[in-house]
Amino acid sequence: MSDAWNLFLLAAFVDNMPLTLFLGLCTFLALSRRTESAIGLGVAMTFVLGVSVPLNHLIYQAVLAPGAWAWAGRPELDLSYLALIAFIGVIAAIVQLLEMVLDRYFPRIHAAFGVFLPLLTVQCVILGGSLFMVERSYNFAQSAVFGFGSGVGFFVAVVMLSAIRVRLAYADLPAGLRGLGIAFVLTGLMSLGFASFTQMAAAQ
Amino acid sequence: MVARAPYWKTLTEPLIRQNPVTLQILGLCSALAVTTTLATALTMSVSLTIVVTLSCGIISLIRRHIPDTIRMIVQIVIIAAMVIVIDQFLQAYFAEISRALSVYVWLITTNCVVMARTETYASHNPPLPSMVDGFGYGLGYSLILMILGGLRELFGKGELFGAQVLPLADQGGWFTPLSLMLLAPSGFFLLGGMVWAIRSIRPEQAEAPEHTPPARMEPAQ
Repeated sequence: MSDAWNLFLLAAFVDNMPLTLFLGLCTFLALSRRTESAIGLGVAMTFVLGVSVPLNHLIYQAVLAPGAWAWAGRPELDLSYLALIAFIGVIAAIVQLLEMVLDRYFPRIHAAFGVFLPLLTVQCVILGGSLFMVERSYNFAQSAVFGFGSGVGFFVAVVMLSAIRVRLAYADLPAGLRGLGIAFVLTGLMSLGFASFTQMAAAQ
Repeated sequence: MVARAPYWKTLTEPLIRQNPVTLQILGLCSALAVTTTLATALTMSVSLTIVVTLSCGIISLIRRHIPDTIRMIVQIVIIAAMVIVIDQFLQAYFAEISRALSVYVWLITTNCVVMARTETYASHNPPLPSMVDGFGYGLGYSLILMILGGLRELFGKGELFGAQVLPLADQGGWFTPLSLMLLAPSGFFLLGGMVWAIRSIRPEQAEAPEHTPPARMEPAQ
């Protein structure tokens, strides 16, 4: 139990996707202008990560990992180089399925998610989550916790940034720094704050 | 040679004026993550430029045969195939750099620069201009990566391409390395500073303020 909790904290705060690993910055910066869109993005992200990482784990172990075809008499077969295409396909399928289910049964939630769902297919965080799962060879339970934790970390970071950016409306910035420039500086400051989690993890 | 001028324009436009990183907020993930040393930044730039040029060319070749509804999937699969080739090549010949780049080479697949170019340009234009366009965007991206990588390695370790440039203090020199430069926050600060610098030189890129403050009331006399 405590192992899972530690992994969750590690994924959500120490290895925070946008702030420490620089993943998913494009949407992170583009959709953090308003708090509502940031919350929608964060929820969708948490869900897709929480589902796609464990699912990709199953597919990787069953089909792609070295030796996965031993039962068929081909133990030397190593398809792990196909992981990229398989993961992208799975993610695109999950996103599509999620969109259709939400549209059919929960139209109000679908309307709230709006444009973010299709965007998630090409999100580095989601593909990155699956790739890290392979690189660090998590088991099934660990990959579920890791996926969910990363999603929560993204949610926290994007909502915090949007809350700060909304207040920037009252700041009198130099013209060149407005918008993207100040967003980078803010993200840098937040990243500095999250670096303290790394120190706390190292101190333990 | 009438056609040379537009090609030249397509090629140079993305360098500063339409730079994918600083103006269009595309492909940031890898731009920041791999720039702690010049060598990784260079590898990443070259890989991305090759991927974007080739996939623009291929997608443009078959653009009339891709059904509109599944066009994203087709593009992603083509890009992913290119990335796999590049990744296998790096693992075979540059094993050390490939390890340092970890998953970021694979993440070129979801790099928005590539998707944006194939989606907006290559799917409507003939192969040659598309490849020139992709190459130009690859160069614009590489330019930012090399500047960032150079600054971070120079000030973080006093090295360029792994060779000592500034004499370190603990080896009898005068330069004390700024280890913050190698950490995540400095990447954001440097890129923010670069955006600021470019937008100060070219004020037309600056964003309009999102909220205009209400007009100040004249104090009642």
